[in-house]
Amino acid sequence: MVKKFICGDDAVAEGVRLARPHVISAYPITPQTVTVEKLSEFVEDGSLKAEYIHVESEHSALACAIGVSSVGARAFTATSSQGLLYMAENLPYASGARMPIVMMVANRSIALPWSIYGDQMDSMFLLNSGWIQVYVEDAQEALDMTIQAYKIAETREVMLPVMVNLDGFVLTHTYEVVEIPAQEMVDNFLPTIKMPDNSMSMEDPKSLCISAGNTTNLEFRIKQQIDTENSVSVIEKVDKEFGDMFGRYYGGMLEAYQCEDAEAVLVATGSITGTSRIVLDELRKEGKKVGLLKLRYLRPFPTAKLAEILENVKAVGVLDKSISFGYEGSIFTNVNSALLQSGIMPETVNFIGGLGGRDITKQNIREMFESLLASASGEKQQTLQYVNVRCKL
Amino acid sequence: MNKPKLKKWQDPDEISKFPMGATCKSDNLTSINAGWRTFRPVIDQSKCINCLRCFLVCPDGVIDKSGSELEIDYDFCKGCGVCAFECKVKAITMKKESDFNG
Repeated sequence: MVKKFICGDDAVAEGVRLARPHVISAYPITPQTVTVEKLSEFVEDGSLKAEYIHVESEHSALACAIGVSSVGARAFTATSSQGLLYMAENLPYASGARMPIVMMVANRSIALPWSIYGDQMDSMFLLNSGWIQVYVEDAQEALDMTIQAYKIAETREVMLPVMVNLDGFVLTHTYEVVEIPAQEMVDNFLPTIKMPDNSMSMEDPKSLCISAGNTTNLEFRIKQQIDTENSVSVIEKVDKEFGDMFGRYYGGMLEAYQCEDAEAVLVATGSITGTSRIVLDELRKEGKKVGLLKLRYLRPFPTAKLAEILENVKAVGVLDKSISFGYEGSIFTNVNSALLQSGIMPETVNFIGGLGGRDITKQNIREMFESLLASASGEKQQTLQYVNVRCKL
Repeated sequence: MNKPKLKKWQDPDEISKFPMGATCKSDNLTSINAGWRTFRPVIDQSKCINCLRCFLVCPDGVIDKSGSELEIDYDFCKGCGVCAFECKVKAITMKKESDFNG
């Protein structure tokens, strides 16, 4: 085991090298660029024995990965923002064909107004693409989840593509000490991909991307829905196996931090959970009963587990780094629906912030918790609150 | 190209029996597909010189050359008219579908 001082993008590249994909097809886009440059260097220096295909666009990058996956090989691609949107047409092809592709998405704002900085507008746009979506907090988790993603994706009952999301710049370009697991251990954890039953082969020729009209299309979709929902147990199992082997457990679908006796809980995803932990520790020292729920997976959505943790909480805040114009943040919609389905009715507040890379400071997080505590004590709060706004609304 | 054979398809009675992903064995044609044809190409065998130009240009591969005369597979011909347009000896004419089906 080696420790390296690397950025989030590097950490993903290290994870990919350990996962030994057969083919990498990618097109560079800020803030994902470092990852694909690094992988290109790994292939060049022979430390990763893979085919690196320089494609002309993100649409081709995923089309290429679909081709690779269709013959039963391991494929990796990475993108961000407009690149992800340009790739969008191929996303449901990959999930509908049940191809275990792993893609890193460096979360970045989408045009317009143009910005290269981070928010989650890009991946939230593709929430309905049929891909499993996981959001990581730090560089270590980015590396670990790249490896876990293949294990989850390639499990026979799952066979779905996985999108590993990390916040642009805040995570992709900041440096941390990261443990690089030993190759032998990763090989043990993640054996070579087995040819799935739906793979193309010379002995058993198949038609790919077939059509299914009004007589069977619905059933194909239902099967996909059932299998995606069932991937929850695989995700939990893989998290445990990974923890047993490498000593790092992430909690599977979500992680509850100080939620047991909490009156007010903030639900957050990605790197902001790191800062939130620090603020939460300070508030706890002041005797405030606050908790933090780190949502790791948005698809599948951890309805039951979320409800279990929030059962006795009086006020729940959801931090969205995206907005569905004309409504609210989509994570908020999902959380509210999960609570309602489970018969739990706490006060809920939606905090929208971080758009286009706007800072969410410790003070901002403190204010969110304070608003939630006020809500928990019966003081009605505005449902939709913007974080760190620079002018009067 | 020979005429494709239709394979009988039985809808699975359980969701678990559906294939994983939209992939199936090759040559698994389950239904005819020609319903939107307005004009159908008809070959005048007395003019046809068997040059196979239509066979080459047909985008749907429905010109059957396995017999002694060329034959169009109307189960899959979409009536695009490329064959009639390209035929150098004017052996193919496009005729209204309604003239055949009443």
